[in-house]
Amino acid sequence: MSAHEANASGAEKAYANGPWTLPGHRVCLAKETPLRLDSGVKLHDVHIAYDTWGTLNADKSNAILVCHALTGDHYVVDPHPITGKPGWWSNVVGPGRVIDTDRYFVICSNILGGCMGTTGPQDINPDTQKPWGLEFPVITIGDMVRAQKLLIEHLGIETLFAVAGGSMGGMQVLEWAYQFPESVFAAIPIATAARHSAQNIAFNEVGRQAIMSDPDWCEGDYHSQDKHPHRGLAVARMAAHITYLSETALTRKFGRSLQDRDAVTYGFDADFQVESYLRHQGSTFVDRFDANSYLYITRAMDYFDLGQHHDGQLARAFKDTPVRFLVMSFTSDWLYPTRENREIVHALNAGAANVSFVEIESDKGHDAFLLDEPEFHKVFEGFLEGCAEHRGLQRKPT
Amino acid sequence: MMMAADGGANPKSIRIDLQLIADMIEPGTRVLDAGCGNGMLLDYLWREKQVDARGIEISTQGVQACVSAGLSVVQGNVETDLKDYPDDAFDYVILSQTLQAMHEPREVLAQMMRIGKRAIVSLPNFAYWRLRLYIMFKGRMPVSDKLPYEWYNTPNIHFCTISDFVALAQEMNLSIEKSLFLDEEGTSKTIGKSILAANWLGEQAVFLLRK
Repeated sequence: MSAHEANASGAEKAYANGPWTLPGHRVCLAKETPLRLDSGVKLHDVHIAYDTWGTLNADKSNAILVCHALTGDHYVVDPHPITGKPGWWSNVVGPGRVIDTDRYFVICSNILGGCMGTTGPQDINPDTQKPWGLEFPVITIGDMVRAQKLLIEHLGIETLFAVAGGSMGGMQVLEWAYQFPESVFAAIPIATAARHSAQNIAFNEVGRQAIMSDPDWCEGDYHSQDKHPHRGLAVARMAAHITYLSETALTRKFGRSLQDRDAVTYGFDADFQVESYLRHQGSTFVDRFDANSYLYITRAMDYFDLGQHHDGQLARAFKDTPVRFLVMSFTSDWLYPTRENREIVHALNAGAANVSFVEIESDKGHDAFLLDEPEFHKVFEGFLEGCAEHRGLQRKPT
Repeated sequence: MMMAADGGANPKSIRIDLQLIADMIEPGTRVLDAGCGNGMLLDYLWREKQVDARGIEISTQGVQACVSAGLSVVQGNVETDLKDYPDDAFDYVILSQTLQAMHEPREVLAQMMRIGKRAIVSLPNFAYWRLRLYIMFKGRMPVSDKLPYEWYNTPNIHFCTISDFVALAQEMNLSIEKSLFLDEEGTSKTIGKSILAANWLGEQAVFLLRK
């Protein structure tokens, strides 16, 4: 039985009650020393699912950690085992690509609280032998990064050459640079923010309410009752998906075009292509994502505010940091607009950090960081090249 | 033209006015090039003088060239973004051939002196004799190789002369540690006390200022 077949009924069934069947690696860490979470809870036996590409060099100086976004996972390059779609950053990571796996050793792990193999709310609580559900502790971006640090140490890597990611992945990048500045040579936060805005918390709350108002959510205990809040999760995804695009992109792609019909039906079917598209996004999402994971991860994003430990002074969080930064934003991204990315840059400048920043012209909205944007890729690749030279890694043969 | 980072910068190939600026900079210092273009000067400073080189550049193309060459450059507007840097963050802040394009040149200069221990400013001299004669005989705003714009499309909205700049520095209580002018052959000469002569002969000028 292939991994795909094994998981046809949903990601949450992939491993929770049986052997690990998804492709990639999975390791159990924090066995002796528990992972101490920001909430104060101590989590032991943390499973981390991850994958790697390329080869770690002899002095272990060529490792790049890729951090995934809210609904991403560690299937960065290879086709996704459940959806069969190309890896989410397969246009960026690979042989000869921006993050060149012929030169770099690339790591990506499913985040803590995720649902593709890393310990999360759908997992079995080792203390009760039942799915965690809402008993799972609330986690933060900082907790996700500390879990990743355990993995990096497990892989024997002291310093990452680079940490890169967009959206919530960018938050992890910032958190890495903040918590472990000596373990990161270069940081590339993309289309992100140093603190979650009121608008973004509001959008997340809509998603959570959609899930929690689905009767099949069962107060978070749906796993035990063999139910799934698919309708709520699909609505959450539909609402969120709009925020990843731009009006220009939606208009270009769909306009007011009708779906397989010549006239409106005077009913509530998906008359418009854009409706049909969103419904499809919602219904395919539930096959690969766990509703409780969605609650926990969006909560972690909402709590993210790097300046909070420094009286709101983000600059102090990065004072005299040795990390080299490249911050990138996209002109049409209204979820993590340039303004918020610039706040990071201002703080880094004020802290005398080594920072580069570029705003990429794109009309594709927040999702631009996942798409084929040649300017974005060129700057990204150039920055890595420059860092490789500063780091003493061999430059790309030309 | 961008210095190919892998080929290394050829010290002889940077523009003469940039070379004059580079010569004023002590090795191993912290430098901000405000309006760094494609990074030619920063690349030179990093490679030849081991300078911790930073830049601000408004064009995506320029930032891209700089970042690709391993330089730390922030996309932004010099006029609005200098205020984001802390006091005395740099040993030198450079503004090359840009002051005359600022809306508030005096404020920009003040910000440069706040965030840098020293500032280096290079500018075209509007009292250069050829420009004076151009206006005198043609009665039109001067257009030349160095100043190729018409009055209606020029980015240079605040032209000044060497004498004007010296007066501004005095007014702002800045001491001019070094001052050079470039004549039409591209030879550099010290301005020193001969401001009137420099103001006539100098096509461009470079000033090293200290608080």
